[in-house]
Amino acid sequence: MPRSRRQPKGDRVFKHVSAGCAVILLALIAGVFFELLHGSGQSLAKFGARFVVSRAWDPVTQEFGAASSIFGTVVSTAIAMVLAVPVSVVIAILLVELAHPIVSRVVGTGIELLAAIPSIIYGMWGLFVFAPFMATYVQPALGAKLGFLPLFQGPPMGIGMLTAGIILALMVLPFMCAAMRDSLAMVPAVVKESAYGMGSTTWEATRRVSLRYCISGMVGAVFLGLGRALGETMAVTFVIGNSHSISASLFAPGNSIASTLANEFAEASEPVYVSALMELGLLLFVLTFVFQAAARIWLRGVGLTERVEG
Amino acid sequence: MRRAMVLGLIIGLSLVALAFSGQRATAEDRSQVTINGAGASFPYPVYSRWAFDYQRLTGMKLNYQSIGSGGGIAQIKAKTVNFGASDAPMKPDELREAGLIQFPMIIGGVVPVINVKGIAPGQLRLTSSLLADIFLGRVTTWDHPAIKDTNPSLSLPKVAITVIHRADGSGTTWIFTNYLDKVSTEWHEKVGTGKAVDWPVGVGAKGNEGVAVNVQRINGGIGYVEYAYALQNKMTHALLQNRAGKFVAPTNGTFQAAAANADWEKAPGYYMVLTDQPGEQSWPITGASFILVHKEQPEKARAVAMLKFFDWCYRHGAKAAKDLHYVAIPEKVFTLVEKTWEKELSADGGTLWP
Repeated sequence: MPRSRRQPKGDRVFKHVSAGCAVILLALIAGVFFELLHGSGQSLAKFGARFVVSRAWDPVTQEFGAASSIFGTVVSTAIAMVLAVPVSVVIAILLVELAHPIVSRVVGTGIELLAAIPSIIYGMWGLFVFAPFMATYVQPALGAKLGFLPLFQGPPMGIGMLTAGIILALMVLPFMCAAMRDSLAMVPAVVKESAYGMGSTTWEATRRVSLRYCISGMVGAVFLGLGRALGETMAVTFVIGNSHSISASLFAPGNSIASTLANEFAEASEPVYVSALMELGLLLFVLTFVFQAAARIWLRGVGLTERVEG
Repeated sequence: MRRAMVLGLIIGLSLVALAFSGQRATAEDRSQVTINGAGASFPYPVYSRWAFDYQRLTGMKLNYQSIGSGGGIAQIKAKTVNFGASDAPMKPDELREAGLIQFPMIIGGVVPVINVKGIAPGQLRLTSSLLADIFLGRVTTWDHPAIKDTNPSLSLPKVAITVIHRADGSGTTWIFTNYLDKVSTEWHEKVGTGKAVDWPVGVGAKGNEGVAVNVQRINGGIGYVEYAYALQNKMTHALLQNRAGKFVAPTNGTFQAAAANADWEKAPGYYMVLTDQPGEQSWPITGASFILVHKEQPEKARAVAMLKFFDWCYRHGAKAAKDLHYVAIPEKVFTLVEKTWEKELSADGGTLWP
């Protein structure tokens, strides 16, 4: 239906207001970035590139390095991904392809509820319930069976890198699973039916057709989970053990960038200390930004294919 | 009908307004002053209790934000608060540079707590070098000969020692590491004193409560917490050997002994750390929490009200402090502090105290 050339006044106002909001959002992101950059000035000047590779973290002598924090962030996130990705894929397939619609709806709602639990609750549950469980059952068993690997050596304290990774896995699982379910559900029925028409089993149709069809959506979901795992703070702080050390053992305590920031900002009074923490923040900002941008690009790719084919 | 409702509404509103204005008038009669303070979280419970009691007496309102000692120092330097609070004393030259004075307000103790099966509170004896060796990672099991030698009557299990320390920067850590720094050369060389340090071994936990939880959870754990947390959580504390060679338990009495034996008069700027003090009864890891104020006060009325409050806390706050497991500043010391106020503080060119 043809409309008048000029948009109604209300529409124009609305358009400008919402454009203004969008600009504020971008300005905020840029502002945070430059503020972090500005704040880390002293640390950048004093430590330079050494900051990223140095394992020192000594507030007494004012010698700081991010290596143990970066290591902890990457390792805990990697554990989370290794555990959560296969489980999410399996649950998503179950929900879309295999389960009865009622079961699918109930389990789907359950997963969405899991995603709504605040991270501090995961942290408390992790410290009070899950860490003792790890210390009494899981870690002694792993130590006995796989103790010859350096990965599973050391006293079973319950907290540490492994526990942090598992808690993270539990936290990102609902997000990834929901995104994967949605992208699996968007595979057109025609495509699936063609596969079944060719005589495929459910397994073949899912693996060879559905998963292939929405592979970019699945990868986008993984990136979403990854971005969340990288920046998760409270839950990790509770269970990671907060030690500025790099250890081969997953039982050993470590720290992540986010947990170090959460722990040490309040009492950091020396300018270089604050600046080093700022630089850690900057590193996390860049890391998360890169992953989120990658996720956006993937997801946009998915959106385009769907619009064309749907 | 409608007119009656409007009328009723107007009457009701004006009554409410009247009630509020009346209330405000009485509050103004009693005091016009609000004092703002910020800093250490360790004394926060006792400061807020004192402020509550004092407000009921005089109407003076205290806003104390427990943002941490570092934050307190930054805020008082920026003059955004009337006083700052810090668990670690500032050095005399730092004070001079910032135009500040500091004085001790409250005393507390830091207690080593353990979780070893079969060991009851107060049974395990630790010497200063043993404590340092444990936190340096030199003594790693509970049945280590060094621990056995000091505790011949205890049956100690063959369990690994897990050190639990604070992960966040804290005045408690400052006091604890200051003690280890004083008693162990190796600690002094390798680690030092700080609100956060580069711990040789162990697991970090957030806050006193975090350390308490982890010690109680980890078999073979040892950590350090404020005395109040050790009591509230019914934790197993260890006895410590003090400078006089006696093994003492953490109690109000032993903290008081440490504070009383300290020679405040010879500490310029009250730069005094109560760790490792002489005296048969002194608890070796005792510490004071400090108040920081500007020498030159911008508003006389407010400054006088603030000093009156501190004076009241010194003279009448001891019971409230004891209820909360802190130790009040001994009279000998606070008379000294009030003399400092007399000498050092001024507003509009005149003295403020008495």
